[in-house]
Amino acid sequence: MHGDFDFSVLLDSLPFLWTGLQFTLKLTAVAMLGGIALGTLLALARLSPIAPLARAASWYVNIMRSIPLVMVILWFFLVIPLITGKPMGAENSALVTFTLFEAAFYCEIMRAGIQSVSRGQVAAGYAMGFSYGQNMRLVILPQAFRNMLPVLLTQTIVLFQDTSLVYAIGAKDLLKAAEVAGKNYNRPVEMVIFAALIYFVMCYSLSFVVKRLQQRFAFKR
Amino acid sequence: MNYHWNWGIFLEQVKGGDETYLDWLLTGFGWTVAVSLSAWVMALTLGILLGVLRTVPSKSLVAAATAWVELFRNIPLLVQMFLWFFVMPELLPADWGLWVKQELPAKEFFTATICLGLFTSSRVAEQVRAGIQALPGGQLMAGLAMGLSLPQTYRYVLLPTALRMVVPPLTSEFMNVFKNSSVAFAIGVMELTFQAKQMQEDSEQGIETFLAVTLLYFICAFTANRVMAVIEARTRIPGTVVAQH
Repeated sequence: MHGDFDFSVLLDSLPFLWTGLQFTLKLTAVAMLGGIALGTLLALARLSPIAPLARAASWYVNIMRSIPLVMVILWFFLVIPLITGKPMGAENSALVTFTLFEAAFYCEIMRAGIQSVSRGQVAAGYAMGFSYGQNMRLVILPQAFRNMLPVLLTQTIVLFQDTSLVYAIGAKDLLKAAEVAGKNYNRPVEMVIFAALIYFVMCYSLSFVVKRLQQRFAFKR
Repeated sequence: MNYHWNWGIFLEQVKGGDETYLDWLLTGFGWTVAVSLSAWVMALTLGILLGVLRTVPSKSLVAAATAWVELFRNIPLLVQMFLWFFVMPELLPADWGLWVKQELPAKEFFTATICLGLFTSSRVAEQVRAGIQALPGGQLMAGLAMGLSLPQTYRYVLLPTALRMVVPPLTSEFMNVFKNSSVAFAIGVMELTFQAKQMQEDSEQGIETFLAVTLLYFICAFTANRVMAVIEARTRIPGTVVAQH
């Protein structure tokens, strides 16, 4: 097979790869939105004056961050059916796993973001008579999101790459689709190269956007 | 939850073999440590070199090092594993490719180590570059004004400070290497995650298996963290703020 690469099969397999890419994108989007929402709540818990709540949140975050993602994926795939009593597809299991896993990482970003808001802002909010909830929602979180936007997006690029690890439970994402197409057309090498190219182009363009955002936000404050 | 617990499973023999499941996990632990440590040595060496190259006053060297970093940072590690394992032998001259595929001993181990080492080198390079760029610009000028050559300035002035400053971020990279080594299961390295899957299927005691494997990963991460903490304390630049952990 040396020197005789055949990239013509790529065209035929495009519709199939597209279904895989759709799942990859869906997983990224769900885990990003769910992860940021849950991560923000976790960050609030970690910064809360209620000690047991802060401790529980910090345990959750530290445990998630010290286990390899592949093991987390395998854990959830094993444990969810045991708890719910019925089997769960690899795709749904991946959606749950990534949301809960990424929440730990987004939590740390949001925590830094909340702490980056100057104390005067927090005090001013309370002085205006805002409750904790109002102060968070109207004063602190909007600034925290803005300050952390580049970092949140960088984490999303990492997340997008990490979705390929659903390979461990056989969920049909872009990489799995490429592997199956490679087998069907007997062109596994070309398919791996093509998948790598798609990942690279998407990640590189997104990181370019992040760089532009960083430059735009850099000296605003 | 309907689960049959069996904590004695680790001492039981595997199906169709005379080893115990504990033997499997310890073998896995050995491979995980071997892959991670060799990849880390490679990543540090290459990463420091590339980090330096990204800051030198030569456009072509900076561009080459930047291209390297972007290439390895923007492709998922698992896909890189496949690229090295399935694609690389096809790109080599025919007889080399054949040798890699058929004769290279422990080819899974070497492939995974090279892949993880190169992947991590791009991340180490970014930290080293940030460390060098965080130094006051006067240091480089002072070194050159003293009559040191550019390599000498890096060797005696810039790197001794910059490398000590980046120990904390390198600590998390070192811990990441152990976590990332789990991806090597996909190309058949018999490390911890591979053994976890194998033992789960063979013994049907998934929870005990995964708990043990997770514990072993914790031990890796914790040890890595402590080793780096000692290095950090030993190499701290006198008079700088002590980082909070």
